[in-house]
Amino acid sequence: MQSIVEFKNIFKSYPGVLANDDVSFNIKEQSIHAILGENGAGKSTLVKILYGHVKPDSGKILINSDLAIINSPSTAKNLGINMVFQHFSLFESLTVAENLILGMNESISLTKLKDKSKTICDKYGFNLNLNSPISSLSVGQRQSVEIVRSLLNNPKILIMDEPTSVLTPDEISKLFKIIKNLVKDGLTVIFISHKLEEIINLSDYVTIMRNGKVVSTILTQNEDPETLGYKMLGYKVSKAKQVTDINFSQEIFNIKNLSTQSKDPFTINLNKINLNLKKGQIFGIAGVAGNGQKELMEILLNENDYQFSGDIFFKDLNINNLSTFQRKSLSISYVTEERLGHSAVPEMSLSENIFLSMNHKSEFKKGDFINFEKINSYASDVIKNFNVDTPSYNVKAGKLSGGNLQKFIIGREIMSNPELLILSQPTWGIDAGSEAFIKKKILELSQNGVSIIIISHDLDELLEVCHQISVLYEGSLSNPLNVEDINIAKLGKYMGGLFD
Amino acid sequence: MSIELIIGILNIVLISTTPLVFAGIGELVTEKSGVLNLGLEGLMLVGAVTGFITLVITGNYFYSLFLSIISGVILSGIFAFLVLNLMTNQIATGLALTIFGIGLSAMLGKKFGGTPIDGLNPYYFIVISFLLVFFVAYFLSKTKTGLIVRAVGENHNSAYALGYNVIKTRYLTIIFGGVMSSLAGYYISICYAPMWQEGMTAGRGWIALALVVFATWKPWRLLVGAYIFGGVAIMQMNLQAIGVKLPGQFFNMMPYLATIIVLVFISSNKLRLKLSAPSSLNIPFAKNQ
Repeated sequence: MQSIVEFKNIFKSYPGVLANDDVSFNIKEQSIHAILGENGAGKSTLVKILYGHVKPDSGKILINSDLAIINSPSTAKNLGINMVFQHFSLFESLTVAENLILGMNESISLTKLKDKSKTICDKYGFNLNLNSPISSLSVGQRQSVEIVRSLLNNPKILIMDEPTSVLTPDEISKLFKIIKNLVKDGLTVIFISHKLEEIINLSDYVTIMRNGKVVSTILTQNEDPETLGYKMLGYKVSKAKQVTDINFSQEIFNIKNLSTQSKDPFTINLNKINLNLKKGQIFGIAGVAGNGQKELMEILLNENDYQFSGDIFFKDLNINNLSTFQRKSLSISYVTEERLGHSAVPEMSLSENIFLSMNHKSEFKKGDFINFEKINSYASDVIKNFNVDTPSYNVKAGKLSGGNLQKFIIGREIMSNPELLILSQPTWGIDAGSEAFIKKKILELSQNGVSIIIISHDLDELLEVCHQISVLYEGSLSNPLNVEDINIAKLGKYMGGLFD
Repeated sequence: MSIELIIGILNIVLISTTPLVFAGIGELVTEKSGVLNLGLEGLMLVGAVTGFITLVITGNYFYSLFLSIISGVILSGIFAFLVLNLMTNQIATGLALTIFGIGLSAMLGKKFGGTPIDGLNPYYFIVISFLLVFFVAYFLSKTKTGLIVRAVGENHNSAYALGYNVIKTRYLTIIFGGVMSSLAGYYISICYAPMWQEGMTAGRGWIALALVVFATWKPWRLLVGAYIFGGVAIMQMNLQAIGVKLPGQFFNMMPYLATIIVLVFISSNKLRLKLSAPSSLNIPFAKNQ
């Protein structure tokens, strides 16, 4: 087999980071080529360069041994390169058919489109209703739309950027079957992931990237998750493990029959959610993104007066109508999903960001003025205790890497001595070192009697730290499962909505 | 009320509403692609004065129409360059365009105030305005190019990722909107008045902007809305004629008052506004580098 894509000495820098540092490797025709690396290793930048979405500083790309100058996505598409994005590039208010038409290189009539997409759907086992608006589809269905849209152009190369991060285990195995069939029919697939087992199950070759550099390109069949993980990180990470045989008794937090009835089609309505959390317990809420996590978090935070029925109790006190700061004063702390812009203001210093989250506490104020001495010392304590890599607390929050900022934000909340800590996607998109550190801190916290709710898409993470896990599916929360008697098959069923 | 009076009123409503339809439908297309152009009033005035002066000097309707259109292309082209290439704030740039247009038209038209001309028959334009609404409705809902315009306004990053030229699409819709505004101005100074007077568009550009929101970005609703507004504007004259005893200022205020009431009413339903507005409206687009 000959090489269909050749990267030659690709460089790309962003302010402060070298995203691609002399990247060179080849991709063989009709193969599944995985690109493996941590968040921030430069995988996404590299494929965006191949797709013409990002301009490299220097370097060449050869397609079928010919020099290709790809300066926009439309040139890439003309060369037969299509991409399925991590954050979908669909138009929410348009229908499936309209989205498919927009993805096609040539103009096509609606009847012809129906025929063509039906052929593809039947052949590979997709199930699409062309007339539904995208906003009514589940995340898995949206991905099907993206893939079918790419296939309609008869591509030679299909790039998939972290395609499994939004799928249930069942959907993942279905997707893998489809990918293997596509390759049999002549396609070359470039598959980006940071999940080791997936890469071993699926790919023929794997290129490992670290800090913008290619570590090596190897045949996948000679590898196992451990050797691959070591190559990806350059060091070994020991996994935290939850102690599970604890009897919790004291109730601390209760949700009773929580429901919403919003008419906005872009939101998910919650359906009679019940949750019961004990002192010192870690409770995981699993589920594919877009099943009501955002809405649940909004109600737990109460930033926007989200309308709901049902009751929320914290230590037998009904907190339905309490504001965010009143809840914080009761010692409930929050870490939201979006680090920049929600948990922290990027343009403000770390100290100032401490104050924004803690201004309900009188100790950080002198009358109506900010007590800078206090917030600065609080910030330096967070930086010290949580290994935040930063020269000082005067650095703007936006200058920190994802992992460091997340350690800072979680540290900020933990150091305010909460009795209940609510975390949304605590380790999303951060490096493995920071991830391990945060998990360790969460476990310590629970041993000291703090209760924790973690909302996460990452099953491995939940299985590692939680005592109990429930699955959120289309606004309904499953019965809680004890971690010691969970298996992936059962969890996969729950994530597909198969629970009572 | 006699039949003649009703026909007379309808006739006046038709004649006076047409500029709202032109300016409104142009702005609707611009906003569908995600750009908010607040410069309609300025574009209309410059279109009006350019057409008028050319007609006075050359006596040729074709030249006057042509130059009026060109004025719209140039001014909206400048607006497009500022907001698309230099990524200036759309609201501030649009306001500047209006202020600029008011001043420029006043300066150019200084010597021409009160010059008599033979006006054009407004019915041509009335027919064209209806055809235009039909054409835009068809274009946006049925053609691929119309779909691209909507896609760009809905999510410009996705549209770019699929290989569409966001900047070029927006240039074209902004210039279309600009040309429609100058046609509205041309109609006012050549057919409706027909004369030139400083500030003669009298806030119609702003009403057209409000109409787009009122119509929740749908062409046919815009047409209906324009005629409701036109009706209110004409009603004031008739009420005065019938002899309703209210200060004249109150009657003059009515179209603007109606605009505010309608906007408050529409904005009160935040969900509906969110669902119908183009999601990328007023958000600048920057290519990944």
